[in-house]
Amino acid sequence: MTERANQRLALKLAGVAVGMFGFGYALVPLYEVVCEYTGLGGRTGIVTAAEAAALDVNRGREVVVEFDTNINGTLPWSFTSLQRRITVHPGQVTEVYFVAENTSDRSVVGQAVPSVAPAKAAPYFNKTECFCFTQQTLAAGERRKMPVRFVVGADLPPGVNTVTLSYTFFEAPGAVAEIAPAARDNQGS
Amino acid sequence: MSEAVMHGHEHHDHHPTGWKRWLFTTNHKDIGTLYMLFSLVMFFVGGAMAMVIRAELLHPGLQYVDTQFFNSMTTLHALVMIFGVVMPGTVGFANWLIPMMIGAPDMALPRMNNWSFWILPFAFTLLLVTLFVPGGGPAGGWTMYPPLMLQTGDAMPFVIFAVHFLGASSIMGSINIIATIFNMRAPGMSFMRLPLFVWTWLITSFLLIATIPVLAGAVTMLLTDKYFGTSFFNAAGGGDPVLFQHVFWFFGHPEVYILILPAFGIVSQILPTFSRKPLFGYESMVYATASIAFLSFFVWAHHMFTVGMPLAGELFFMYATMSIAVPTGVKVFNWVSTMWRGSLTFETPMLFAISFVVLFSIGGFSGLMLGITPADFQYHDTYFVVAHFHYVLVTGAIFAMMAGVYYWLPKWTGHMYDETLGQWHFWLSTISVNVLFFPQHFLGLAGMPRRIPDYAVQFAEWNFISSIGGFVFGLSQLLFLYIIVKCIRGGEKATDRVWEGAHGLEWTLSSPPPYHTFVTPPQVTDATAHS
Repeated sequence: MTERANQRLALKLAGVAVGMFGFGYALVPLYEVVCEYTGLGGRTGIVTAAEAAALDVNRGREVVVEFDTNINGTLPWSFTSLQRRITVHPGQVTEVYFVAENTSDRSVVGQAVPSVAPAKAAPYFNKTECFCFTQQTLAAGERRKMPVRFVVGADLPPGVNTVTLSYTFFEAPGAVAEIAPAARDNQGS
Repeated sequence: MSEAVMHGHEHHDHHPTGWKRWLFTTNHKDIGTLYMLFSLVMFFVGGAMAMVIRAELLHPGLQYVDTQFFNSMTTLHALVMIFGVVMPGTVGFANWLIPMMIGAPDMALPRMNNWSFWILPFAFTLLLVTLFVPGGGPAGGWTMYPPLMLQTGDAMPFVIFAVHFLGASSIMGSINIIATIFNMRAPGMSFMRLPLFVWTWLITSFLLIATIPVLAGAVTMLLTDKYFGTSFFNAAGGGDPVLFQHVFWFFGHPEVYILILPAFGIVSQILPTFSRKPLFGYESMVYATASIAFLSFFVWAHHMFTVGMPLAGELFFMYATMSIAVPTGVKVFNWVSTMWRGSLTFETPMLFAISFVVLFSIGGFSGLMLGITPADFQYHDTYFVVAHFHYVLVTGAIFAMMAGVYYWLPKWTGHMYDETLGQWHFWLSTISVNVLFFPQHFLGLAGMPRRIPDYAVQFAEWNFISSIGGFVFGLSQLLFLYIIVKCIRGGEKATDRVWEGAHGLEWTLSSPPPYHTFVTPPQVTDATAHS
């Protein structure tokens, strides 16, 4: 009798262990949700162009937006922004340009990852267009000017007067071999 | 209890001899011995790595080892000491003692018990063989943070599979312990009569089952990120390296209680014996242990205050961390109250236990300092952290285990250990361990980062002193080894009770106990319960 009870309990506890293994993986989407909600990790928001255009512009408040560009690891690109900083009003849709250049002799796929500091401003920093929404493929030696359209929400917490938008370009994982030729063809057409 | 169990016993009485006895054994005492010996061997393996670290840090500049190897040493030292010494060591105590303390004939699942142990040598072969693979051993720290960990060479899958094996072993061990305590108690051994060591292991087992799988998940994500193109932690693919830190420390913080709770249990058995008084506040000790375990799930982010967190998060994790000081304080005060006005004698186990209370408290206080968010920004990743966790793990967990070894070795072997040498071992260890780790507080406050093979010259003096302490502490442990071997091979015959103040079922057995004990369960009453 004890032996059966032991086995039953052991199975239940093993079930808990398996469940906790699943919980570890469940932390991944859970973390996404928390980041979205709190701006943790500098996640920016996305709005449609129509929504952005409909916002009231608060001309009485000025916010400085700074741009920061980085290249990760061995990506053979140069990457800068045309403006270093601009002053905007909350609710005002603004367009800025970034320039990436492939300095190598091969086609490379890059993925830009944005981050906004301070984190508490991140949920109020909304983009309607960004080169980071998709992977960018640059042929050897190709230079590309890329727009970002953004709007700072009118409900940006008071006390935040400077917001930094930072991009880091990574070599897109696993994308080089398959996507690059197709993308080059598209550009040729 | 039945025929199945009885039949099992007849079978075991003709157990194989020689090496097959140890390979095929399902006896809790044999398996306990295997765990303890394995832990002892690993103590010297991990200790040798620590000696390499302290030798390199004896003087500023690079002397003996290259930097990659140095980083492998810090990484492997931690993994070996945590997963190879403290965890198997405390499981060894559990195997030996829990059945004897609760009046059970053996562990609930003896065959699984055999597996849980024999996985360990394979896991550590995988882990240690990495020192010889291309790219060297893992050097990204025991916390295995990406993206650094993802730069590990061929060692990476070895380390991850070793962690998987170690986890499987711990989970099986925990399931066994819980089943034993739930189902195998002798008549009259109610939960509130369980010796505190049994309680601490019951709670630790639940912590293990809840958190080890999360670690297994985290390292599996690392594995698929490196070899199968997933992007859990790879920002380019939409992942986030900080996520790893959250998942890791969700395991990691309960893990530190997994390491220390059984030590609390051991000390709670020893202090009453040599104070000749019952443990003060038994119930509050049980509740405090459970509270610590529960709270440990809500404090993980105090390991990562500096990654950038909303203020509300930093405050929450700071206050939650501070709140653990309350049940821990209850325990410390109960230990002190147990000794208060007791008839104290200072045999080696008692010396180590008292030393544990004092030095663990120092580690606890530096932990509180680290838990203060704004202060942590200065202390983070400095030698202050190193000093803190070595006070709670070396003078905490390891000292408690040493106390436990001296306390129960006469019961296990039937011989008294050499008390004079034991006292020498205690004083050498206690003095040298403080010379070793106390200066590291100063180094950390002055800004010396952890995990570096070389340092700025202003840190030279304290590092020199710390290294000298380290060498003496390391050599002192050879004395420990000698004392254990000497005690196993012979010595003054131990009585059944061994210590005049000892209470509890294990002391009613002969020393050493017969291969099978409590085949007929004892009747437990208030008089025989609690130590």
